[in-house]
Amino acid sequence: MAALDELEREYEKAKRDSKFQKRLEELLRTYAGRPTPLFFARRLTHKLGGARIYLKREDLLHTGAHKINNCLGQGLLVDRMGKHRVIAETGAGQHGVATATVCALLGFECVVYMGTEDMRRQELNVFRMRLLGAEVRGVESGSRTLKDAINEAMRDWVTNVRTTHYLLGSVLGAHPYPTMVRDFHRVIGREARAQILKAEGKLPAAIIACVGGGSNSIGIFYDFIKDKKVQLIGVEAGGRGEALGEHAARFRGGSPGVLQGTFSYVLQDSGGQIALTHSVSAGLDYPSIGPEHAALRDAGRAEYVPASDAEALKAVTLLARTEGIIPALESAHAIAEVVKRAPTMKNSEVVIVNVSGRGDKDIGIMRENLNLD
Amino acid sequence: MPLTFYSKPGLVAYVTCGDPDLATTREIVLAAIEAGADVIELGVPFSDPVADGPVIQRASERALKHGTSLGQVLTLAAEVRQHAQSTGLIVFSYLNPILRMGMEKFCRVSRAAGVDGALVTDLPVEEAEEYLRAMRGNDLAPVFLAAPTSPDDRLKRIAEASRGFVYAVSRTGVTGARQQLADDARKLVKRLRRVTKLPIALGFGISTPEQFAEVGEFADAVVVGSAIVETVERNRGREAAAVGEFVSGLSAFSSPPSAHSKSPRRSKDARYGAPAS
Repeated sequence: MAALDELEREYEKAKRDSKFQKRLEELLRTYAGRPTPLFFARRLTHKLGGARIYLKREDLLHTGAHKINNCLGQGLLVDRMGKHRVIAETGAGQHGVATATVCALLGFECVVYMGTEDMRRQELNVFRMRLLGAEVRGVESGSRTLKDAINEAMRDWVTNVRTTHYLLGSVLGAHPYPTMVRDFHRVIGREARAQILKAEGKLPAAIIACVGGGSNSIGIFYDFIKDKKVQLIGVEAGGRGEALGEHAARFRGGSPGVLQGTFSYVLQDSGGQIALTHSVSAGLDYPSIGPEHAALRDAGRAEYVPASDAEALKAVTLLARTEGIIPALESAHAIAEVVKRAPTMKNSEVVIVNVSGRGDKDIGIMRENLNLD
Repeated sequence: MPLTFYSKPGLVAYVTCGDPDLATTREIVLAAIEAGADVIELGVPFSDPVADGPVIQRASERALKHGTSLGQVLTLAAEVRQHAQSTGLIVFSYLNPILRMGMEKFCRVSRAAGVDGALVTDLPVEEAEEYLRAMRGNDLAPVFLAAPTSPDDRLKRIAEASRGFVYAVSRTGVTGARQQLADDARKLVKRLRRVTKLPIALGFGISTPEQFAEVGEFADAVVVGSAIVETVERNRGREAAAVGEFVSGLSAFSSPPSAHSKSPRRSKDARYGAPAS
């Protein structure tokens, strides 16, 4: 608790510190590559024959996904707290890579925890982290994926809390993480809102984003929450079936529970044990969901739908061949949803899809699963 | 029964219920009581034991493989209570299984089983309003963890919400036996004494009679967890006997209350009542 209180205090101070904000903005711009483009997907729009589709290109950010927005923000807090060691959990590896990147940039010792199952399916990212100077520790317990990596990172943190900052990668965990991580990703939606008004002179009818922990989605949703006519659609991992253990769709069969410091919707059994989950995409393979998403869903402000492994894989090929963009498997879930939704909408309506990351890390899985003719 | 420490230092024994199975756990618990344990912590296995090291993680995984549940642990508590009238029984669980059962139901069933209190590992005192109401209403003692990193005002808050005893965590870290007791431990107990009159039990990492005796010099009770769970792991087929021997070895270093004071060390309100501090 003391560490959480300290983090909250430092974060609140930093929020009001214009020097901090300037430094963060400068790094986002000159190092990470912000602002990211909002791209009109002409061929995809034509092919689906409905709404006009814009893609928010978080895949073009340095390290290949939106994760670095949050890593830069938290990275700048580490010094302020007098710490020199950073730990992180990672699922698909993108957050791990972004953390290792920022630690190399700012000169911190870095340890990343990753489930051994995820290490196998995201080998490219494991190598990148090590090349960047981070130590990657494989986690063998439980399902050997993201939630197990978080358990191990939390154990490290409580043990080394005086010297170490836990750079959590999504809008999960105890307060202040869900709020702070969302704030660091708000730039996505802030940019997209200005960009779409410039391009179309009006707000979109809908915004679609994939939801694992929920960072990229809350990042793009947040500045549109007040625009009541804009539908917010989160896409969860529908996996390979509806039975518990075959997917990671928290709003399909999950119920309120506490996991890893957060009270939210959790996939669990009747005894309150946390369920195993499945998704072809490591980054969506997590049994709980950011509490702000739970609140938006319960308030009826956002809706959450699943996309299956098969639908996501199909969407990869579609986007690659229609727009020349290979999305990460996570982001492909959002593409899968626009494939279903755009044809039901008018051409005068605009949809923005968040492409949260690029697909290089997934080449191995794609090779196993895609039949390229 | 009130949570009472009959010797100095008292001994709190933790077991992961369901490892290797519930029947054996019952035997282990009774053996520990026979050998001198004043309070038993009945550990409820959880899928994501974030505060536990590898020993308790492994035990939890084994226990969950047979489907050990919170409900079954409470049934076990009732069975133990029938054989042990004066031992304190605490349910030690993460929050989610309790939430799933329902806070009120959990408390009712616990009270009916003869449980004295509970310790919910990942429920900080700041989030415990509903829990404290339910515990109070069912005459159960809420035990909280105090950490070396807790500032004084938080220690005070923890102490005020606690009943029965305060569980002081000996070091920053997770459960698991260690060679040396950290400096953190003495300092924490000293700071706690300033804010509570409740007995203070120190835990995490204690596994040898020497450590037990050392902690006994400044704490009212010693919690032994992973060392017991590991004894169970390493003595398949004779778990209860092995734990009995281990606990006897520790309580040999305790003195009965007459050597130090007139009566057993206990809080005036071991069950829920007026605050002791």
